[in-house]
Amino acid sequence: MDLTYFFELLLGGLTRGSIYALLALGYTMVYGIIQLINFAHGEIYMIGAFTALIVIGVLTFTGMNGIAIILIAIVVAMVFSTGYGFTMEKLAYKPLRRAPRLSALISAIGMSMFLQNYVLLAQTPDFLPFPNLLPKIARLEQAESLMNSSQFTILVTTAGVMIILTFLIKFTKIGKAMRATSQDKTMAMLSGININKVISFTFVVGSATAALGGVLISSHTGQINYYIGFIAGIKAFVAAVLGGIGSIPGAVLGSLVLGWTESFGTGYISSDYEDVFAFIFLIAILIFKPSGILGKTSAGDKV
Amino acid sequence: MLKVDNLQTYYGNIQALKGISFEINEGEIITVIGANGAGKTTTLMSISGIVPPRSGQIIFRDESLMGIEPDSIVSKGIIQVPEGRRIFPYLTVQENLDMGAFLRKDPEGIREDFEYIYSMFPILAERKNQQGGTLSGGEQQMLAISRAIMARPKLLLLDEPSLGLAPIIVQKIFEIIGKFNKESGTTILLVEQNANMALKVADRGYVMETGTIAMADTCENLMKSDEVRRAYLGI
Repeated sequence: MDLTYFFELLLGGLTRGSIYALLALGYTMVYGIIQLINFAHGEIYMIGAFTALIVIGVLTFTGMNGIAIILIAIVVAMVFSTGYGFTMEKLAYKPLRRAPRLSALISAIGMSMFLQNYVLLAQTPDFLPFPNLLPKIARLEQAESLMNSSQFTILVTTAGVMIILTFLIKFTKIGKAMRATSQDKTMAMLSGININKVISFTFVVGSATAALGGVLISSHTGQINYYIGFIAGIKAFVAAVLGGIGSIPGAVLGSLVLGWTESFGTGYISSDYEDVFAFIFLIAILIFKPSGILGKTSAGDKV
Repeated sequence: MLKVDNLQTYYGNIQALKGISFEINEGEIITVIGANGAGKTTTLMSISGIVPPRSGQIIFRDESLMGIEPDSIVSKGIIQVPEGRRIFPYLTVQENLDMGAFLRKDPEGIREDFEYIYSMFPILAERKNQQGGTLSGGEQQMLAISRAIMARPKLLLLDEPSLGLAPIIVQKIFEIIGKFNKESGTTILLVEQNANMALKVADRGYVMETGTIAMADTCENLMKSDEVRRAYLGI
């Protein structure tokens, strides 16, 4: 067995998994707080990528340093997407908070289609090239290296985001409020927590990480169109369910497992069946553990 | 301190409170007794703003509470210990108490109150880092009351603190309630099915029946009333 090839697949799967994780976090946090599968989450990721592309396009003319451009693009994309996420919750989900869950779910699907078609009309139906401005690390650019610079950047960034999020949820006041809200909304209100603010905050954090993911992944893959959010969103959703929806460590673990399944499946068997492996694995896990790898069976700590 | 006037609350089309009125004075313990479905919990949930009343008036210290969000009502000092305790199961004991002090901004006072609670309930200090859901029923009730105390309530609403607890624990919980009222002067509105215990600890009582207030008197007189004795005290 070729060990180098194995490690390449391992690292490739790890990168893939980190990508899914950045998106899966948003699904799982929103689900934890309001038990809604936010199908429009992938669209926020796509809007983040488009915003960044526009910013990069404008800033390129100023002759700025590439890394400065990508950093500014990421910040603008995150701010923009946050605005979309915040508004989306207020418009499409808040009015339905007391309605049956299915209504909110349909509203989410509607929101997803609306945003896709809005970008399709406002931008273009074609694929657009996305420049890779992520920092180049000389040692990783050599031919024999197991991973390239952008993979490395994605890995490090995702790890950083996870650490910050874990800290936020475990130790800050708003994090405690999020956990309390996910466990018992009425009691959270009786403790003086404004749950509307907590819900908005959750959407803001989820949208910001999605936008970050959108920029990083688009830099890595090199092209975007209005539809990328749908595919990435479905995969991330699968990862979140795989890990146990509502659980943040679960979302990360599910994403990594999915990344590795796809990476090894395509690497050793056939690349034509990439999605097949992912879904076979999902079905297998759900048969033996319906709540996901780290999921709790009953209502519990969901963030 | 709190004046409720002709309060009407609905769940959808079902009227749960059919125009109830009562008053609580500063420093008192008031009890509301009644059978299942009489509207006791709805009364507390209406005051806390969780189930907004459709009509009527609630005045707390000359301010109307109608149409105000639950978190603002908490910030005015009206703190509820809801039925079934509702401990956050996956937060630690310490974090549950932190939630009680969520709106407070005086770290010094919060620390003092932690010490007060941990000295009053050493068992909670012992289990400080344990998840709330792993405590026994009695411990959870102590934690629920402590969590409310952490908010430094002006008016404490207690919904069936005796529910599902062994008689000896019930005895202890009621002692704590009486003691807290005497030591801090906090006004308490106690909703109970255990009329016997409630009437002993409270100053005045109201009897609720199907969304209305059927009787109002001092606890002494209520305990002597034939109707109360037959229907609620089982004598």
